[in-house]
Amino acid sequence: MSAPRELPIATNGDVVVVRQQTRTLAAEIGLSLVDQTKIVTAASELARNALVHAGGGRVVIEVLEGGRRPGLRLVFTDEGPGIPDIEQALTEGWSTAGGLGLGLSGSRRLVDEFDLVSAPGEGTSVTVTKWGR
Amino acid sequence: MQRVPILKLGDILIVSIQIDLDDQSVLALQEDLADMVVSTGARGVIIDITAVEIVDSFIGRMFSTIAAITRMLDAETVVVGMRPAVAITLVELGLSLGGVRTALNLEKGVAMLEHVRGGAG
Repeated sequence: MSAPRELPIATNGDVVVVRQQTRTLAAEIGLSLVDQTKIVTAASELARNALVHAGGGRVVIEVLEGGRRPGLRLVFTDEGPGIPDIEQALTEGWSTAGGLGLGLSGSRRLVDEFDLVSAPGEGTSVTVTKWGR
Repeated sequence: MQRVPILKLGDILIVSIQIDLDDQSVLALQEDLADMVVSTGARGVIIDITAVEIVDSFIGRMFSTIAAITRMLDAETVVVGMRPAVAITLVELGLSLGGVRTALNLEKGVAMLEHVRGGAG
């Protein structure tokens, strides 16, 4: 069982590293190619969110073993301004950074479990999990 | 930041993305392509993403933006070589790449550009 890996998200290059590490672990636990692509894409969206909205953050990537199916869990945290209206932030097309507003709503559709904890002034934490089939 | 090379073949510009795109490289590619379309008078742009493992909303939007920019500069853009897993993920993400022409491979992309120009001319 591999220990959780913590990666910083401070630059555009870090976003690429998060993608690469997620891809490596997703392949290691035997996720299908489509599921690998989905979790890596979600990781890319969420890492960019942390960078753009909070000026950076970090992610902990953890392999979940021991259950019926293996899984990959990513926890993104930042100490940014937080999200005042989570429901609105999860609405497709809602964007505060001039993007497409697909980052949060889109990544939620790409994973099996999605949990968002945030409050104004208290940063944001997004946990996503993808399970093997 | 890594720069993506742009090749010229006749009046077509070919970009084959072989690196893990970071956001700065994506923006640089947009500007480089716009400059090259004007300086070479190219009528078509082919972006080959055969080697691209993921397309997220930022990279996807780049394709739409490049298509719109080159169209204003009298050149059509075709994205070729998308992997099936990338297509599935893009649709689920909610990105339909409206306004972007796609072809399965480079050869079909070139044929598409010839057809488009033949139809217009």
